Amino acid sequence: MSASGVKQVPDTETQIRIAPDGQSIVKDDIKWVMNPYDEFGVEEALRIKEKFGGEVTIVSLGPKRVTESIRTALAMGADKGVLINDPSAEDSDALATARALAAVIKDMEYDLIFTGQRGVDDDMGLVGASVAEILGIPQLSVITKVEVSEDGTSVKVERPVEGQTLTIESPLPALITAQKGLNEPRYASLPGIMKAKKKPLEEKTLADLGLDASQFGKEARKLKVLELTPPPQRQAGKIIDGETPEEKAAELARVLHEEAKVI
Amino acid sequence: MNVNQRRLGGGMFLFVDDVNFEDVFTPEDFSSEHKDIASAVEEFINGEIASRSEEIEELNNALSRKLMQKAGELGILGIDIPEKYGGMQLDKISSAIASEKFGFGAGSFTITELNHTGIGTLPVALFGTEEQKRKYLPGLSSGKLIGAFGLTEPEAGSDALNPLTTATLSEDGKYYVLNGNKQFITNAGFADVIFTYAKVEGKLFTAFIVEQNWEGVSVDEEEDKMGMHGTSTRAYHFDNVKVPVENVLGEVGKGHIVALNALNMGRFKVGSVCIGSAKRAFFEAIKYAKQRRQFGRPICEFGLIKEKISEMAVRIYAAESMMYRTAGLIESRLQGVDMGSDESGIRTAEALEEYLIECSINKVYGSETEDYVVDEELQVFGGYGYIRGNHPELAYRNARINRIWEGTNEINRLVVVNTLGRRAAKGIIDVDRAQRKGLERLEVFKPEETDIPGRLDAQESLLGAAKDVFSLVFGLAYRRYGRALRREQEIIGMLADIMIEIYAMESTLLRAKKLMSGKRPEKAYLPVQMTKILFYESIEKVGFLARSILETMQGEMSARKYIPLVRHVLVSPNLNIVSLRREVAGGMIQSGRYLI
Repeated sequence: MSASGVKQVPDTETQIRIAPDGQSIVKDDIKWVMNPYDEFGVEEALRIKEKFGGEVTIVSLGPKRVTESIRTALAMGADKGVLINDPSAEDSDALATARALAAVIKDMEYDLIFTGQRGVDDDMGLVGASVAEILGIPQLSVITKVEVSEDGTSVKVERPVEGQTLTIESPLPALITAQKGLNEPRYASLPGIMKAKKKPLEEKTLADLGLDASQFGKEARKLKVLELTPPPQRQAGKIIDGETPEEKAAELARVLHEEAKVI
Repeated sequence: MNVNQRRLGGGMFLFVDDVNFEDVFTPEDFSSEHKDIASAVEEFINGEIASRSEEIEELNNALSRKLMQKAGELGILGIDIPEKYGGMQLDKISSAIASEKFGFGAGSFTITELNHTGIGTLPVALFGTEEQKRKYLPGLSSGKLIGAFGLTEPEAGSDALNPLTTATLSEDGKYYVLNGNKQFITNAGFADVIFTYAKVEGKLFTAFIVEQNWEGVSVDEEEDKMGMHGTSTRAYHFDNVKVPVENVLGEVGKGHIVALNALNMGRFKVGSVCIGSAKRAFFEAIKYAKQRRQFGRPICEFGLIKEKISEMAVRIYAAESMMYRTAGLIESRLQGVDMGSDESGIRTAEALEEYLIECSINKVYGSETEDYVVDEELQVFGGYGYIRGNHPELAYRNARINRIWEGTNEINRLVVVNTLGRRAAKGIIDVDRAQRKGLERLEVFKPEETDIPGRLDAQESLLGAAKDVFSLVFGLAYRRYGRALRREQEIIGMLADIMIEIYAMESTLLRAKKLMSGKRPEKAYLPVQMTKILFYESIEKVGFLARSILETMQGEMSARKYIPLVRHVLVSPNLNIVSLRREVAGGMIQSGRYLI
């Protein structure tokens, strides 16, 4: 059995606009997709299921639209989905999100939990670690290879570190955060989409999970977003003039030193 | 699914004047399943096709074959095929959505896929016997078999039902001997099954299923085409090919039913593909216009570029509204049909036949929209657009064929009007009554003088007047020429153009109204402005065409006297067209793509 946490994020090609409050983005007309790192996690969970049997459950926190991403995972082959959909959980920080996910997972039978190593939207990389901490299980982060032992009691994983590979072994259950390179996620097939329609997708509120709503939402954030600013406008390039390569090199050195002040 | 309760019959949009927006299917009505299918097809194209576009555009039949098989494994080739033959058995809306996605992102691989799933599969899917379906459909659906459509001959292009290819029954009555040549056949470089046509006993036009590896079938070299370089196009030669009688498709002498119905669906699909390519060209044009700076600022800030962006958007909006409205009509005609049963093929053909006018209109409007948009895209790029390696250069060449195949746009214009004439002759349409009623109403019609911001009343009443003008000129032409109207091709062309403009105006108007009454009425803002721009131009065009037809019908049954009336009724309300266009362009530039 494995659980996979997924987050819905804006498609990386979406043009992001900052909302008038200066602290969030305009959410209308954004194309939402499953966080690409989570997709590696879903794919790995499915491969393990294909080898060992069992079930894959997708767990997510967010508004109704997140069911689209859960359905994508179901269409890829996951068995069921749980969405924690509660207006009081809107704008929760990573810790609160992890509490909600853990509340769903703790009552399930599980051997492995996958999440992306980070979300491509706010790049926090905290949810996976926090879920593992709350559940009191080992956390294996930024993983590019997963090998479950034949008897299904432990897992050997690889993490790239500065040109080397770190191999780690851990007993199960454990939580793995997926890094690019772990696998090539499969496409959702049309038959998969049709089958996904019939798979269970449960929605739960914080109260259903026995959670205190006051610990969630914008007000309860331990990390507060003060300001969002767009990246600086790219300056126009500069073409170095000069008759000879020597002249050009001298001019380049001068510009880098005096104008760009980088050397 | 959400389709019309009160279904409008084929071609009846011209004569019914109180079509309710609730009865019209629009892209805003897509179900979650439609959206999932859209993103699944998109993911496949982005991951497998777009990333290999250079290799594909060099023409690599082995790669095409592999990619087709991959598409088949994901169920993409089986959208229109019943489940019992390995297909997905999805609706025609899903079919249009998938074609659109290919048009957007798959370059010339689009045609490899489109031709296979359209005219390269539909003949047997619609008209095959159970035996034939069992033999060929699972393979065609999974991509293990590739289908081709062999209709065109060197001497039989638009006159396709008059081939020189012959089929002679053997003495023992077990097979036909096929002799002849077919040309410009898409996917011929690697197809397995050919749906081809020949005359039996010199007169009976008949469809056959031929397998490419049979003795006597030979394939020519690849054609060196202007565009669509990544798709295989070759000629076939049939030299005493023995075709078992079990491989006659449909009845002997009824091959036209097979060919024309397959082409109907083909036209529907070409229309969707064109909308997808137009959206892509539009996206590239905006992207470039935002980044290209001249006179110290991005060119998208200049009025003449904004005008182009707005005009492109309006046409795409119209084409898209017409396309999905038609898909909804066909789907509603199929309500209650068991799509898993063997009669579903024939029922689908009947539905397509009923909406033949709409399918042809979509093909014409879609391909002309695409051509218009790629041309303007190239213009936005300026000199860079003319250079190989930039999107417009390829898009421009690839687009051109869509006005030619699946019936040239000229043939499709004839189809549109002749079908209406045939239905009038059968009494399905009461031409006299429509003409009388139209005239009565036109005589008391007063066009609105002022346009009201945020409302479409003036446009709605003008649409009624445009329909009445059509009833009048069609009625007059029908009586003046009778059966000989078929020979007056220029008049037919103009009548067809009026029909097309009416379908465009009505489809955009109904979609905008549906959005206005929807959950998020603010989403109607751009569609309302685009509808107004379209009406501003289309009403002028309808007036000009109607007057030209009336001018032509001189002599004894002179129709000139109606010219002042037409001039008086088809008048747009006062509105600031430049500011409307700037608003539409502004909205699109902000989104960076076609988005409403």
